[in-house]
Amino acid sequence: MLIYGSEIHSRLLLGTAQYPSPAILSEAIRASGCEIITVSLRRETADGSGAGFWELLRDTGTRILPNTAGCHSVQEAVTTAQMAREVFGTNWIKLEVIGHSDTLQPNVFGLVEAARILCADGFQVFPYTTDDLVVGEKLIEAGCDLLMPWGAPIGSGQGLRNPDALRAMRAHFPDVPLIVDAGIGRPSDAAQAMELGMDAVLLNTAIAQAGDPIGMARAMALAIQAGQAGFVADPMERRDMAVPSTPILGLAELA
Amino acid sequence: MITIAGAGLAGLACALELARRGAQVRVHEQGHTPGDSSVARYAGGMLAPWCERESAEEEVITLGAQAADWWAEVTPVTRRGTLVVTPPRDRAALQSFARRTRGFCSVDRAEIGRLEPALAGRFAQGLFFEQEAHLDPRSALRDLTAKVQELGGEIIYGAPAPARVTLNCTGMASPVKGLRPVRGEMAVLHCPDVQITRTLRLLHPRMPLYLVPRGDGVYMIGGTMIESSSTRPPTVRSLTEMLSAAFTLHPGFAEASVLETGAGLRPAFADNLPRLIRQDGTLYLNGLYRHGFLLAPALAAQAADLLIPEKNHEPDRQRATA
Repeated sequence: MLIYGSEIHSRLLLGTAQYPSPAILSEAIRASGCEIITVSLRRETADGSGAGFWELLRDTGTRILPNTAGCHSVQEAVTTAQMAREVFGTNWIKLEVIGHSDTLQPNVFGLVEAARILCADGFQVFPYTTDDLVVGEKLIEAGCDLLMPWGAPIGSGQGLRNPDALRAMRAHFPDVPLIVDAGIGRPSDAAQAMELGMDAVLLNTAIAQAGDPIGMARAMALAIQAGQAGFVADPMERRDMAVPSTPILGLAELA
Repeated sequence: MITIAGAGLAGLACALELARRGAQVRVHEQGHTPGDSSVARYAGGMLAPWCERESAEEEVITLGAQAADWWAEVTPVTRRGTLVVTPPRDRAALQSFARRTRGFCSVDRAEIGRLEPALAGRFAQGLFFEQEAHLDPRSALRDLTAKVQELGGEIIYGAPAPARVTLNCTGMASPVKGLRPVRGEMAVLHCPDVQITRTLRLLHPRMPLYLVPRGDGVYMIGGTMIESSSTRPPTVRSLTEMLSAAFTLHPGFAEASVLETGAGLRPAFADNLPRLIRQDGTLYLNGLYRHGFLLAPALAAQAADLLIPEKNHEPDRQRATA
């Protein structure tokens, strides 16, 4: 999978919040085999520096994708992205502009505007968006090379609420990397996303808040591999009628 | 003579444990009063190993189960258990909390009302951890200091520790590798209208909260955990969330006065468990994370086990060098 010119082998991207401890987080990263982790830069961490935590993350040898989690305005998101570039020394930014604090639904108008500003400033933007096709087009126009549609509200673990919309997205953007971000609760949800032809899955809470985060990281990685392999293998079509799987030819004549 | 750098929770607990075993101790503290520069001042003072097990390793129980008994010999300990509740919408959170902990009984609406009349009718389900306890951190630090002094321990305030000490308990100021600060924020409320007698925990996906009664209508609330070394006062966001969570527990908190807000940095290792480390002839106790009052007694005993035999060998060494 090619992400902004970098060859990425793992189709699982992992968020780093809410784990019982950084030690468990590191183990989960290792168990999942993921190559990209997201880190949220709160104003607090920037102010005082979360250096101790970041050092532990760097030691995992993964690529860091800073995000603008919790930003509610274009200005806030742009400033956070600029801070993240300095702190982490990367042009990658996962762009979140939250429109609604209850559903954490992206404000797609602000998102497009912020994406335009950041792309022009040399950022490589990973936009957290809805499954709306027109918004997707505007984001690509703004300079994004990939899209990150939601599966369900952040942290809800509801799975893919609208698989048909994701299927439509795949058809509409055949060559744009699509990464489902948010809403995955179980391995089957992640497998379903991959079977729909998504390029990757980004998740956090489903692993961090599992009773055994390391075991769940392994399970998610397997599910994503299975879903991806299933998509590539071109699954059969669904039928309304039963079709016998044993051949008629050579059936015994019992008369 | 055993010298200790830092008269915070860890330093004082070790001093007491060592003094009880007959050692001569001297504690060096940069601040001017007991626990002056200690993050323990901002602690909840919960002795709640069974609840903590939800997100911590088994060691919090094995090392923390006896903490309430240890503290009861030092300072008043309130043994009324912990009551865990959740808003009706997040009942699933209570079920997963129950799956990941032990040492509780499930309580229904009527039992919650019997345990805490102020909460009658407010929550349909809860978990009651009867063996848990709490104390008042600032009184505990004062009482701990007095106990150390009673046993002949010396505490020197207002000056940096000598370059070489036997035991270093200086938290985030210590040079130990692998430590990181985890910021926590708290507020102290005065709310004589609401009478709650035991530690409450509100499970909430966005704003988990604990509330610890300090007596006389005073309550301490806290719950944030931020990977940051910032020591600035609590943010509006954190305070808003904590205060609205308190309001969710009981609407009477709307009328509470905010007596104090504060933030502290809790030193933690990657697995969030404390460690005793020997380095260049000094023993370091650090990484108590959010379990200071809970784990300090067990770690102080371990530190004393390591230091006392060494002290017994001292006369031999002195003879050898004399």
